[in-house]
Amino acid sequence: MELRAQHGLLKSLVAKKILMALTGLFLCLFLVVHLSGNLQLLIPGYSGRLQFNSYAVFMTHFPLIKIISYVLYLSIIIHVLDALVLTIRNRRARTVDYAVKSGYGSTFASRNMGILGSLILIFLVLHLANFWYKYKFGEMPYMVSPEGHYVSQKGEAIPGAVLKEGHLWVDGVDKGPAMKDLYEVVRLAFGQSWIVAIYVLSMIPLGYHLAHGFQSGFQTLGLRFGKAFSVIRVAGWLFAIIIPLGFAIIPLVFYFFPEKLN
Amino acid sequence: MKVYLKVWRQRNAQDPGRFVDYTVDGINPDMSFLEMLDVLNNRLISQGEDPIAFDSDCREGICGTCGLYINGRPHGPLPRATTCQVHMRHFKDGETIVIEPWRAKAFPVIKDLVVDRSAFDRIIQAGGYISVNTGQAPDGNAIPIPKEDASKAFDAATCIGCGACVAACKNASAMLFVAAKVAHLGRLPQGRIEARERVLNMLSQMEKEGFGGCTNTGACEAECPKGISLENIAFLNREFIKAKISF
Ligand code: HEM
Ligand code: SF4
Ligand code: FES
Repeated sequence: MELRAQHGLLKSLVAKKILMALTGLFLCLFLVVHLSGNLQLLIPGYSGRLQFNSYAVFMTHFPLIKIISYVLYLSIIIHVLDALVLTIRNRRARTVDYAVKSGYGSTFASRNMGILGSLILIFLVLHLANFWYKYKFGEMPYMVSPEGHYVSQKGEAIPGAVLKEGHLWVDGVDKGPAMKDLYEVVRLAFGQSWIVAIYVLSMIPLGYHLAHGFQSGFQTLGLRFGKAFSVIRVAGWLFAIIIPLGFAIIPLVFYFFPEKLN
Repeated sequence: MKVYLKVWRQRNAQDPGRFVDYTVDGINPDMSFLEMLDVLNNRLISQGEDPIAFDSDCREGICGTCGLYINGRPHGPLPRATTCQVHMRHFKDGETIVIEPWRAKAFPVIKDLVVDRSAFDRIIQAGGYISVNTGQAPDGNAIPIPKEDASKAFDAATCIGCGACVAACKNASAMLFVAAKVAHLGRLPQGRIEARERVLNMLSQMEKEGFGGCTNTGACEAECPKGISLENIAFLNREFIKAKISF
């Protein structure tokens, strides 16, 4: 038999789908890391605030994390563009649609991954504008200790320091950059009902996307061997419930039980 | 019993086509679905009208020609059955039944409910075979094959090429059909020799024909009259990855 197929690495539909799976599963891994980081927001008191803000410093300054974060941005872009290309190609394969459709044998999520993904994308843009853009480029509050001193990026309260252009100065000596108070930005945002509503409701399409996507990613990569796949399927459902629920709890606690965080 | 049909009528590939209503009365519930259409066609012919064109051949679930899309489902409401295996007792008296042809860009309508499925033949010609020299029949037990591989290969080999998988898929993808053949041959030692060319050639032909890609919805597996499993698509994906990383 002669090889008559096209040769480009990413030309075929299956290759494009594998790219979807790789980026999608990488994003799943990211969700786990992101959620575990964010749950630190629920640690009450000053120590919680300090721990979360130190975590934010670590995530934006540690070189390896920086590299991973660029891979993450790239993954999101590739996942979205690939989704667009594949969805259009797949739509074109049926030029005249059926008058009656049953969807038998397929789940709601599996039939609407493009729409669910688009809802996630809208949320993602809002979310990045709220926190990530603000943290990196916007006007930020700075961390103040219970005694009223500014806090350095290392997490030490520095008595008598004054703040100038993001750095702490004591008697004209630069004591290094001050710690931004991302916790405060989160607290203020989650005090507004409409933001809380968006954050909680957006977890619904995420859950559905994961309910299909998690196991689908394994299937696409050919990682399906007998009974082990049932385990992956159950893990996918649990993942699709636990992760969005975990994210949703944070704004809900900030809005309804702010006193628990003091 | 009596049923109300809405049947897709289309004179030829150029005709845009439309639904036409028919009422069929005096049906025996033990008639097959195709026999019910035969009764209607006899009436149409005696009235001097054009009978409804639909495909059928064996009428016992083995040839795969009788592809009709009935009330939103390929081959109608029965699991693991072809249209010819569906009987009128599976419908309610007085039910309205909508009958459409397979809908896929790669399966153009020839007339009414008959579509051109030769795209499947071209996919098979691209790699759905093994190259062997003719001559004496080899000893059947000369090549030992593990039972599990033999069983899985045989399950995959039961595909009858009906196209219900394409009809059911929201992407009109032929992945289950291609995967069945790739897994049937690829699980056997005789098929390993050309495994790489097979998976790449067949997938490439599938795309050329205008079928969509797989998104793992599982509709094909649920509607396949032979119960071909999605496991075969996972096998195909592994074959594809192996083919791409070996040169
Ligand atoms: C946190 C964000 C996201 C995660 C964790 C995620 C995860 C996944 C996973 C694991 C898959 C399955 C991969 C496969 O089988 O090929 C997938 C598929 C998909 N994703 Fe996402 N995704 C995310 C965001 C998005 C966004 C923003 C969009 C689009 C605008 C999107 C659109 C899609 C589409 C269209 C598919 C293909 C579904 C199909 O084949 O039916 N996703 N995603
Ligand atoms: S895989 Fe099943 S549905 Fe598809 S052509 Fe073969 S027998 Fe028909
Ligand atoms: S006519 Fe042969 S399978 Fe139905």
